[in-house]
Amino acid sequence: MAASAAAAIVSPFKCRLFPSQGFSGSARSFHLRKNQKRTVRKAVITAKIDFKPPPYSLDALEPHMSRETFEYHWGKHHRAYVDNLNKQIVGTELDTKSLEEIILVTNNKGDLLPPFSNAAQAWNHEFFWESMKPGGGGKPTGELLELIDRDFGSFEAFVSEFKTAAATQFGSGWAWLVYKANRLDVGNAVNPHPSEEDKKLVVVKSPNAINPLVWDYSPLLTIDVWEHAYYLDFLNRRPDYISTFMKKLVSWDAVSSRLEAAKAQAAEREREEERRKTEYEGENQTESEAVEMYMESDSDSSESE
Amino acid sequence: MALRTLVSRKTLRTSSLGLRGLQTFSLPDLPYDYGALEPAISGEIMQLHHQKHHQTYVTNFNKAIEQLDGAASKGDASTIVKLQSAIKFNGGGHVNHSIFWKNLAPVREGGGEPPKGSLGWAIDNHFGSLDALVQKINAEGAALQGSGWVWLGVDKELKHLVVETTANQDPLVTKGPNLVPLLGIDVWEHAYYLQYKNVRPDYLKNIWKVINWKYAGEVYEKECP
Repeated sequence: MAASAAAAIVSPFKCRLFPSQGFSGSARSFHLRKNQKRTVRKAVITAKIDFKPPPYSLDALEPHMSRETFEYHWGKHHRAYVDNLNKQIVGTELDTKSLEEIILVTNNKGDLLPPFSNAAQAWNHEFFWESMKPGGGGKPTGELLELIDRDFGSFEAFVSEFKTAAATQFGSGWAWLVYKANRLDVGNAVNPHPSEEDKKLVVVKSPNAINPLVWDYSPLLTIDVWEHAYYLDFLNRRPDYISTFMKKLVSWDAVSSRLEAAKAQAAEREREEERRKTEYEGENQTESEAVEMYMESDSDSSESE
Repeated sequence: MALRTLVSRKTLRTSSLGLRGLQTFSLPDLPYDYGALEPAISGEIMQLHHQKHHQTYVTNFNKAIEQLDGAASKGDASTIVKLQSAIKFNGGGHVNHSIFWKNLAPVREGGGEPPKGSLGWAIDNHFGSLDALVQKINAEGAALQGSGWVWLGVDKELKHLVVETTANQDPLVTKGPNLVPLLGIDVWEHAYYLQYKNVRPDYLKNIWKVINWKYAGEVYEKECP
């Protein structure tokens, strides 16, 4: 999932460079196309977004996250997001896109289109199940721990910031650890000269269905803080749920491999930028040479004497 | 015994003045027992909703107000601004839930009885029928993404009824300065999850059996005499 998420991020990035094409157009044209398609097709065609079970059995995270919670959270909530998304996109152009592409297109630069909520929540929940494992918790190791120490000061400082973000996301939402590669700290400015120091681990929180893909960050870890995620096991005690998640559930293996994929993607993007820059400079070179040659031959056939 | 505790009435508390004359807010008493709205809303939910969720909003609202007072008397502008979201979240939570408890009543005290008088007439006039209004409120409440409220309100200038939703704990007035709430339904998951789980539409269908239209009518008549 991490690899496909990483790969899929590259193409929607290109998509956004050419907003007049494809789906980043107006909400109105989206609806028109959808209605046109609907009148043509009669058969019920299932759209292709998968509904997968977590990578462990529904009782595997007991007693920290109960089987009952999974039966509702995965079996009802997550399933409904996928089913409803498929119903919304069947017979439309979105039907041919990956889930990450659907998210970026329907985010529509913040002016959310109807399928966004279902699409983003489908993605968020799959990412969330894979962020946990039986016997999880403890501390990360290797490069992930080094980066955490570099960007937060210590593992404990990171945990404190992550828990605070999760506890203070008011209403429904998510808290995230992300890898930020090409963004400056200012709004949505793209960093024109990315360096190693600018590639940072950051804690962010998001409301409702929003996720860091829409900010062009690479998500590494998430915790669901919608009330349905913890109410059956912890009632109103969200901070206890968050502590349990950190101590007993986090899969640092998953976070590490997502970090690897995010770094590889960032490196690939930089190479792609370099290639584009060189090509552009190369074209300019050829043009100016041609002009010089023209002027030389002109003076040879000389009127200047 | 646990059951007795569950259904016992909370003792009346009044608001109090703090050390420096600063008004603090306190959790209002429920005008009925926790279990009195069953089976529409379980006693377990009512107790948690009142004693935990609403109480937390009150506690944090008081904290934020105290900090605001301190910042204002020091002329600390950026702290004043920084506190706004905490005041909106927690103050809104206190305001909204205080209305909500009055919007509910046990069946034996008139809960579920349709509105009479001028409000009943205004509903028929504006929405066609009470049933049409209920369907509209239920549809809006079910469609609300995340956490929030669905409201029946009255525009006190234009004198007409509105159905509106607000996100998180935003009070109805954030949707229009002239809007007065008559009836609000909490659609945060904590309002129904232990009983209805993910099926918010069932909660919305059932809550009408304990809606206190008498209170809504009184508020309406005050705004539209």
